[in-house]
Amino acid sequence: MTNTATNLQMFETGSSTNFLDAVLAKHGSEPSALIPILQDIQENDRYLSQEAMDQVAHALDLSAATVYGVATFYAQFSLEPKGKYVVKVCDGTACHVRGSLPVYEALRKRVGLANGTFTTTNGRYTVETVSCLGACVLAPVITINDQVYGHLTVDAVNMIIDTLEREGEHDD
Amino acid sequence: MGWLLVNGQSIALNGEKSLLDVVQNAGIDLPTLCYHPELTIHGACRLCMVEVKGRGVVAACHTPPESGMVVNTNTALLRRLRKMALELLLSSHDRECTSCSRSGNCTLQGLAHRFGIRDLRFSQDDTDRLPIDRSSILVRDPNKCILCGECVRICGEVQSIGVYDFAHRGAKMQVTTAFHQELADTNCVHCGQCAAICPTGALVIKPQIQEAWNALMDESKTVIIQVAPAVRVSIGEEFGAEPGQSTMGKLISALRSLGASKVFDTGFAADLTVLEETEEFLGRIQKGEKLPQFTSCCPAWVKYAEQFYPEFLPHLSTCRSPQQMMGSLVKRYYAKASGKRPEDLYMISIMPCTAKKFEAARDEFTTLGIPDVDLVLTTQELAQMIREAGIDYTSLPETPPDRPFGFVTGAGVIFGVTGGVSEAVLRLAHERLTDTELKNAAFTEVRGYSGMRSWELELDQGTLRLGVVHGLANAKAILDDLRAGKVYFDLVEVMACPGGCIGGGGQPITNVNGQVRQERGAGLYQDDVVTAVHKSQQNRDVLNIYADWLDKPGSPMAHEFLHTTYRKRGAQWKTSGRAIGKA
Amino acid sequence: MIRTGEDIQVVQQSYGQALKRATARIVVCAGPGCVASGSPLVYQALLEELQKRNLYTTVDCLMEEERDGSGMLVTNSGCQGFCQQGPLVRVEPEGVLYTKVSPADVLEIVDAVEAGAVVKRLCYREPDTHQTIVHEQDIPFYKNQVRVALANCGVVDPGDIRAYIHRGGYQGLAAALERTSEDVIEIVSRAHLRGRGGGGFPAGRKWAIAARQEADQKYMICNGDEGDPGAFMDRSIMEGDPHSVIEGMLIGGYAIGANTGYIYVRAEYPLAVKRLQQTIAEATKYGLLGNRILGTDFSFHIHVKEGAGAFVCGEESALIASVEGRRGMPRPKPPFPAVAGLWGAPTVINNVETLANVPRILTKGADWFRSIGREQSPGTKTFALTGEVENTGLIEVPMGLALEDIVFQIGGGIRGGGELKAVQIGGPSGGCLTKEQMGISLDFDSLQEVGAMIGSGGLVVMDENTCVVEVARFFMNFIQNESCGKCTFCREGTLQMLRILQRIVDGGGTEEDLDLLVEIGEMVQLGSLCGLGKSAPNPILSTLENFREEYLMHVLDKRCPAGVCNNLRRFVIQADKCRHCAQCAKVCPANAITGSRTESYRIDQGKCVKCGACLSACRLDAIEEVY
Ligand SMILES: Cc1cc2nc3c(=O)[nH]c(=O)nc-3n(C[C@H](O)[C@H](O)[C@H](O)COP(=O)(O)O)c2cc1C
Ligand code: SF4
Ligand code: SF4
Ligand code: SF4
Ligand code: SF4
Ligand code: SF4
Ligand code: SF4
Ligand code: SF4
Ligand code: SF4
Ligand code: FES
Ligand code: FES
Ligand code: FES
Repeated sequence: MTNTATNLQMFETGSSTNFLDAVLAKHGSEPSALIPILQDIQENDRYLSQEAMDQVAHALDLSAATVYGVATFYAQFSLEPKGKYVVKVCDGTACHVRGSLPVYEALRKRVGLANGTFTTTNGRYTVETVSCLGACVLAPVITINDQVYGHLTVDAVNMIIDTLEREGEHDD
Repeated sequence: MGWLLVNGQSIALNGEKSLLDVVQNAGIDLPTLCYHPELTIHGACRLCMVEVKGRGVVAACHTPPESGMVVNTNTALLRRLRKMALELLLSSHDRECTSCSRSGNCTLQGLAHRFGIRDLRFSQDDTDRLPIDRSSILVRDPNKCILCGECVRICGEVQSIGVYDFAHRGAKMQVTTAFHQELADTNCVHCGQCAAICPTGALVIKPQIQEAWNALMDESKTVIIQVAPAVRVSIGEEFGAEPGQSTMGKLISALRSLGASKVFDTGFAADLTVLEETEEFLGRIQKGEKLPQFTSCCPAWVKYAEQFYPEFLPHLSTCRSPQQMMGSLVKRYYAKASGKRPEDLYMISIMPCTAKKFEAARDEFTTLGIPDVDLVLTTQELAQMIREAGIDYTSLPETPPDRPFGFVTGAGVIFGVTGGVSEAVLRLAHERLTDTELKNAAFTEVRGYSGMRSWELELDQGTLRLGVVHGLANAKAILDDLRAGKVYFDLVEVMACPGGCIGGGGQPITNVNGQVRQERGAGLYQDDVVTAVHKSQQNRDVLNIYADWLDKPGSPMAHEFLHTTYRKRGAQWKTSGRAIGKA
Repeated sequence: MIRTGEDIQVVQQSYGQALKRATARIVVCAGPGCVASGSPLVYQALLEELQKRNLYTTVDCLMEEERDGSGMLVTNSGCQGFCQQGPLVRVEPEGVLYTKVSPADVLEIVDAVEAGAVVKRLCYREPDTHQTIVHEQDIPFYKNQVRVALANCGVVDPGDIRAYIHRGGYQGLAAALERTSEDVIEIVSRAHLRGRGGGGFPAGRKWAIAARQEADQKYMICNGDEGDPGAFMDRSIMEGDPHSVIEGMLIGGYAIGANTGYIYVRAEYPLAVKRLQQTIAEATKYGLLGNRILGTDFSFHIHVKEGAGAFVCGEESALIASVEGRRGMPRPKPPFPAVAGLWGAPTVINNVETLANVPRILTKGADWFRSIGREQSPGTKTFALTGEVENTGLIEVPMGLALEDIVFQIGGGIRGGGELKAVQIGGPSGGCLTKEQMGISLDFDSLQEVGAMIGSGGLVVMDENTCVVEVARFFMNFIQNESCGKCTFCREGTLQMLRILQRIVDGGGTEEDLDLLVEIGEMVQLGSLCGLGKSAPNPILSTLENFREEYLMHVLDKRCPAGVCNNLRRFVIQADKCRHCAQCAKVCPANAITGSRTESYRIDQGKCVKCGACLSACRLDAIEEVY
């Protein structure tokens, strides 16, 4: 969880100029570097801020509208900070027919998400759906920060969140 | 090159790039909403579908013609497809035709009418209405956008600015600015090309007609109107005339009957500009500094240079544009001459141009809170006023503009077309440099419509190198080449709009394309031919102004009233740069 | 460093000898399914146990010390296929397969390996006969499979290039480089290898077009986007046998005259990205990637590009746009990528599985390949078998196998003895096949005929508890989220179809809606710009045709026979059982239940919000849910 701590810091302050410089140096400034650059920023900051997109546009000599267009096209990018735990509920075909939606609803309820929102107000959880995580045999499947959980039931979901909550207590 | 069959009719192929061109040439008007001959192919609207034997339904705009193809453009299946496409587009469209500024010349509305779309079977979701941007010179209503991407492409490909792009995806896709900023906060240079090309009412010129009525009805104001050269060859289109037909006389009459107390010709100020700009140019040549000199009468280009190429600002001619010179003449000179206070004069410009609205509002052209030009109306807005007033344009008498700023030479008239400013300047510069009178004033070598033209004029003193570009992407190319030392020029003319002001963003929307623009241009050249005087230096009224007020071209007085300065605009990159790729 | 074809054989032999010297090799599945069910812990436990007993050895040790019978190997593998039973542990060379292994079983397993015995309780048990099956190859799930693309997946250690070479790897490359590029294309054409990415376009033909183009720069792209929900075959290959993809790209690159390749991997597969990057580094170290490969003039470099979450980027022109850094919006074709693709250069895009087949075709020949499968669809096809089937997992079968053989023989029938209702094939671009269509031969052309598609190979089995209308709505929703939004029919048409389907599952549909669905669907198929829109209506049109009855029940009777559509559930109080206790009325949040001491209680269907609270509140079971 040490990683998360540094990430959190970033989340509050946004990318530092040094970080952006490093990312730009790593990927170069051809237009084809745009997506990898945004991916690095997304991973570091957990979202793409307007400032970051503006600076990337400048560095790559692209129009900001183009960068914004790319950022809003791909599901991986978020224009709002994501929570500490990103829960992805698979709603691919295999998971869907094995009951992914009840799991999703239970999760949302358990972490207390209001209608139309995906990140809890305390910034702990983001719950989103994805289509197929490629582990369909375990359907229904969720991932929490890339850790896979399979054969989920509503009860299992509650247990997992309970565990995370207990970990959270140690964190604080 | 072979042949193919369109609806049974045999058509010879002539190097056309798409089946659409072939079909159009065969006299069949295929519906299109996302195709423009001057932009890259997009293929999104799916209206241009035709049936090709052996291949089924294909979109004609992006299908290369092949010899032997058997093409049908009017089958039961195609009719179903087109109707369905229109029905689908309309189902997520804010169909408020009666209060839409494009009603009557809207491509979408026209097609709905043409294909008899009568009932829409689909539900509309009113909850996701998007905010309308009314903050700048344009009004952008995303609820009327059909996502054809023409504005994205014209701003990116032709103007190399890229103010818009697609954002989000699926049914949530929008065409929008970066971060949904208001246009006024972007690097938009206000050329209006996006509004001119938009097939719907999603992008229109922000109307200022009410302000004009207010001034005209205000008894305490004397309303003086100036009309730019490019308007005379286009406004008739709004009333059924052919593009390029000059209706200057009727236009003047219309303005008078709307209540103008004086009508002046911006071309007069163009003649003045020629004298000033040539003086400046010859001075630079003599000193060998700040060359090439760039023209500066296009405010969209000026803003572009201020934002993206500030290092070239010293190269821009310091001359105000003809519109602003006229403003200066009226508020600083004519006011005194006619015994009026400048604040009691209300100056309206009729322009082919949306950027002129921005120009008139610049601080540089305001003295003690009084703008030199109070209001700028586009050709479109004026036509609307004429209609509103119930004036029967076609039967109006022809009257001349008022003196002292009504007489214009042929050189002043051709300002409205790409290459015109250069040619007008040459007509003077050539005489000054060679000290001989030009017999034939026409420099046809400078004319033409290719986006980037250059010409070398051999003189005894050396070679004059001229560059003429229109469309800011071409300007960008020339600036980059200059910066890299790849080319050399003495004088560069830049006009933001394709074809120059004849293709301005405020011109009538008649499906403007190269053809229409060329006809308008031909109209201006024709006016030059029929005008008695072809050289600005022979405009007596202009010379009188110098004798009476300004002393001589380039004098301190001239500098105070006819020249200006430019400023670097910060944070250029915020919405600048190229749009990636072209697909 | 490998410089010649002989070098390859040297590695192959020395690695083989080393393997032979080991007492046993314990292969722990590290495929996505097994990892999620805990196989890394099993691997760790095995490692520790062997070290503790001083039995542990590595291939490197065995190579150097030339010792005999003096140690056991523990390696990871990619997905072994039978993910349902994971974590899987296989003991080589006998091929003993242990299922559902936990770290606690490790002691016993090591004991048994040492003693040459088998832990029977961990072996697969046939559910019908309760017979224990010890060896992998005897399990019905595996018996009917033929492994070509997956030949190494689940067998080799994906992290060791020598393991791949030991299995004949890079010999296809060597064979190709000995020939002219025309000959290579000719072999692939003769094998009639058709694209496994869904379209079924002959790879040889595509290569020939690209090879014909005069250009300084050409590209070879491997499409690892695998966006179909319910499919993980390409993932398994990229993670479990990455070298086969690299080798396939090398051969393709040589054939078309490209010196650069890109692998586009979907964002949801971080492990595949990592694996491929390591594999590229390893192959480069061995000289199999880079300049002047195997001493020829052929040079080739590969870059991995990670997707960013967009299904449409599996479409070729969208994929190219994405690699170039743009929004993944398809562009009109022609020109096809083989003529003008990445940065305008001729570009061949092939699917992962297509490429994994290529090396084998080069080593074993076109005739061998054509001897498998169907005349017009030779070779095998991998499928991800999921849904309500007993044995889920990754399978590979000869083209043309009947669907029922897959569902019942390999898949072991419907889970829990349920009734088969439909099989969804080809993901969101495919169709739903009915019970009556189970005899259909799985190949490109037979499926096309019934309006379905082999797609990338997702097979989702559905039983009678699945509502096909709801599944159709689900696919439309998927398409709506994933449509790029560019063209009218796909953007607006699928939106309207989704609204109609939503209306139907919510109970507001009419019979006219069904006709409207067909009409929009047909127009969207014909009018859309790219394959996504063109195939988007398939699931709806195929279910409308095959399950019209079920749609009619939804719109006319407002019933969902599968009991899935919540709004169509109905709770009814059986008057004869009701004892007027009012418990149900008390819990009803909608005040939908009324009654009195004397009168039996009843539910006002108009008010009921279908929460089901009354059902559990009634202790007399007087309330019934009817579908
Ligand atoms: C919407 C859409 C999604 C696609 N997704 C994939 C994919 O995930 N993987 C893939 O290999 N091909 C996919 N394809 C097919 C590819 O466009 C392309 O045909 C294929 O990669 C070519 O390789 P092949 O000839 O080896 O099959 C998709 C096509 C469409 C229209
Ligand atoms: S854009 Fe066209 S169709 Fe739409 S409201 Fe305006 S006039 Fe009508
Ligand atoms: S056309 Fe019909 S709807 Fe439109 S304004 Fe006239 S009467 Fe009204
Ligand atoms: S007015 Fe010109 S610069 Fe501004 S957005 Fe439109 S096309 Fe671009
Ligand atoms: S604003 Fe107009 S030009 Fe731009 S995409 Fe929308 S409809 Fe097309
Ligand atoms: S070219 Fe003319 S119409 Fe266009 S922006 Fe410039 S001044 Fe205005
Ligand atoms: S069919 Fe769909 S995904 Fe394909 S171009 Fe059209 S909108 Fe985009
Ligand atoms: S299902 Fe819920 S809402 Fe309906 S009657 Fe029972 S308790 Fe009331
Ligand atoms: S809870 Fe059961 S028995 Fe009691 S009133 Fe309701 S239906 Fe009747
Ligand atoms: S459908 Fe959920 S993991 Fe594949
Ligand atoms: S004009 Fe051809 S698709 Fe729009
Ligand atoms: S993941 Fe282990 S068998 Fe598939």
